[in-house]
Amino acid sequence: MNSNFLTQYGGEIATLTVEHLWLTGAAMLFATAIAVPAGIGLTRSPRWAKPVIGVANVLQTIPSLAMFGFLLPLPWLGDRAARIAILALTAYALLPILRNTYAGIRGIDPSVIEVARALGLTGRQRLFKVELPLAAPFILAGLRTATVTCIGIATIAAAVGAGGLGELIFRGVASVDNRLVLAGAIPAALLALAADGALALLERRFKVPAPEASA
Amino acid sequence: MSIAIEFRNLFVAAPRGRLLLDNISLALKEGTTTAILGRSGSGKTTLLRAVNRMVEPSRGEVLLHGTSIRTLNLISLRRNMGYVIQETGLFPHFTVERNVGLVLEAQGRPRKERLRRSHQLLKAVGLSPASFADRFPHQLSGGQRQRVGLARALAAEPDFLLMDEPFGALDPLTRAEMQDMLRSLLDGLKKTVLLVTHDMDEALYLGHRIVMLSEGRLIANLRPEEFVASRLREVAEYVQAFRHGGRSAASENRVEERRG
Repeated sequence: MNSNFLTQYGGEIATLTVEHLWLTGAAMLFATAIAVPAGIGLTRSPRWAKPVIGVANVLQTIPSLAMFGFLLPLPWLGDRAARIAILALTAYALLPILRNTYAGIRGIDPSVIEVARALGLTGRQRLFKVELPLAAPFILAGLRTATVTCIGIATIAAAVGAGGLGELIFRGVASVDNRLVLAGAIPAALLALAADGALALLERRFKVPAPEASA
Repeated sequence: MSIAIEFRNLFVAAPRGRLLLDNISLALKEGTTTAILGRSGSGKTTLLRAVNRMVEPSRGEVLLHGTSIRTLNLISLRRNMGYVIQETGLFPHFTVERNVGLVLEAQGRPRKERLRRSHQLLKAVGLSPASFADRFPHQLSGGQRQRVGLARALAAEPDFLLMDEPFGALDPLTRAEMQDMLRSLLDGLKKTVLLVTHDMDEALYLGHRIVMLSEGRLIANLRPEEFVASRLREVAEYVQAFRHGGRSAASENRVEERRG
């Protein structure tokens, strides 16, 4: 890519990167707001875990282009492409967060939960002081998987006119201009790597060392 | 001395209908330690967990100072009962100091008070606050973890202490040390203690009363010296097995077999 190309497209790349971040970020917020409480709820009534996680699993398997297509005719969504994109991305982000929240809490040493109950912690105290902090590395790992996936899928959102870095990729493909394809693909890949690294750091902060064998 | 804990015709059924506790009636005096003995599956742990409502009876009731525990607030009932288990259940993400002060934290007591109390208790269980307060559970040995578990159970000054095989996972020397520590600690506190154990010597050393269960039924409720001299068939067999036959004979045989 020569400097000529960058002066011509630099501004656009920046705008589209911001748009890409906004689509992904909004979707992650919604998905977290739904999936973390839902995951907690499933630990309270585990018989729902299989069907609910199953539904999230099915959502995950819908090809992204088809998902955007399905949502296009919906009345309130159809006139705002960004809304479609955010909804679709939210659907994809649900599964990893939901599954990891559920598994993270269920995986806590049962004796710790037992003592928390027996010592008279209220349900809320047990959740916020014990369960969520101990499940945090798992929940963050789910968030990380979801974020990286969504940054990738968000490039498809350009197909329904939602903008983002996919815009450049689609345009590059249509005009057989590899420079344009790369101008979309490289920042998208860098975004994914940066998000992955940042969340991995956060995840490590919450990790609790495993107990050594008793002496 | 008044009756602190009373079990009245208590039945507990497992989900599939098998009786875990079969018509237990038992009264424990305030300020005493009662050791519950019995084989695995005899209902020892269930009896203990019925007191803090970790298990709900299918019939009968448990009374604390004459009041049915079902009429008491569940959270305050549990906060008034220290709970110590074999696996300790220390919170791995909290320091020792915070683990010990957790019940006080749950009660919303100020931080200063929590720290003072937790350091005081660490000393009482034989751990120097200066070197242990800031450690995490994974940095402790098994015996030290049990000490922290005990300190946590006592932090909110509960009237009752429920202990389920607290020293079951420790080596014999550490266990003896812990038993000594617990006995001298309890002597000064006058708490009503329920101690589940499968170690008869531990029961005799720590208990004012020895309760024996078998298949969910109450077999005996005796003073230690009565227990070892008891002519009740099941008690006598248990004492016999523990003292002469049972484990030691079995292991002698094993040694013989290997030599042969």
